[in-house]
Amino acid sequence: MSDLIVFVTLLGLGYFFGRIAEKKHYKSIIKREKQYRDILAISSRILPVSSTPMEACLVAGSVVVSVDYFKRFLSGLRALIGGRVIAYESLLDRARREAVLRMKKQARDLNANMVFNIKFETSSISKNARGGIGSVEVLVYGTALSPVK
Amino acid sequence: MIITNMEIIPGKFVKQHLGLVQGSTVRAKHVGRDLMAGLKNIFGGELKGYTELLQESREEAVDRMKQQATAVGANAVLNVRFSTSSVTQGAAELFAYGTAVILE
Repeated sequence: MSDLIVFVTLLGLGYFFGRIAEKKHYKSIIKREKQYRDILAISSRILPVSSTPMEACLVAGSVVVSVDYFKRFLSGLRALIGGRVIAYESLLDRARREAVLRMKKQARDLNANMVFNIKFETSSISKNARGGIGSVEVLVYGTALSPVK
Repeated sequence: MIITNMEIIPGKFVKQHLGLVQGSTVRAKHVGRDLMAGLKNIFGGELKGYTELLQESREEAVDRMKQQATAVGANAVLNVRFSTSSVTQGAAELFAYGTAVILE
C-alpha cells in the first residue's frame, strides 16, 4: 500500500513540476531564438565564395537533460503497444534547440555572424541501468567565422 | 593555434599536412552529482552538474589534442570531430580528433 502511495506521489510530482519546467524552458528557448536569429547556422561544409579573410574558431554547445517521472512512466506504457513516444520527442527537441542556442551564444561572444559545418552528437547517459537515468546529452559544434579586425 | 572543423580556412593556405592528432579523456561523475541527478529524474529538467562535467571533459580532450599538435609543430588543427561513448556505467569517454597542419 505504501508503495502505491509513493508511486502516485512521484507521478504527481513529476507531472506538475515537469510540465512547469518544460513550459518555462520552451518560453525561454523561443525568446532566445529570436535574439540569435541574425547568426546564420549552416550545416554545409563548403564556404561561400568570398575574398575577405575570415577568422575561424571552433564553437560548441552542450546540454544534458532528463525526463520527469510521469513521462518515463508514459513511455514505459508506450513501449507495450508501440508507436510514437511523444514524451521523449519534446525532450530531444528541447535539448537540441538549447544546445544550438548555447553554441550561438559562444559565436556571438566571438563577434561572429556565421557558424559553418554544424555537427550534432547525441548520446544517452547510463542507459538501461537499473534505476538509471533517462537522460540524453546533446553536443553541437561548428566553426564560427568572424571578419578579421 | 586555430582549431576548426572545416577543411579550409578562407584566406589561408595549408603549407604542410602533419597527420592525425587526437585527445581523449574518461570522466566519471561523483556520488553527490548522481544523487542530484536522481532527484532531477523525478522532476525533469536540465542536469547542470552533468552538463558542466561534459563541458570540462571536452575542453580537456581538446587541450590534449592541442598539446599533440604543438608537439608535431603544427599551428592549426582542421576538420576536428568529437565523439562520446560510455565506457562503463557511470563513466563517459570524450574523444576529439583532427588533422594537424601548418598554415601559411
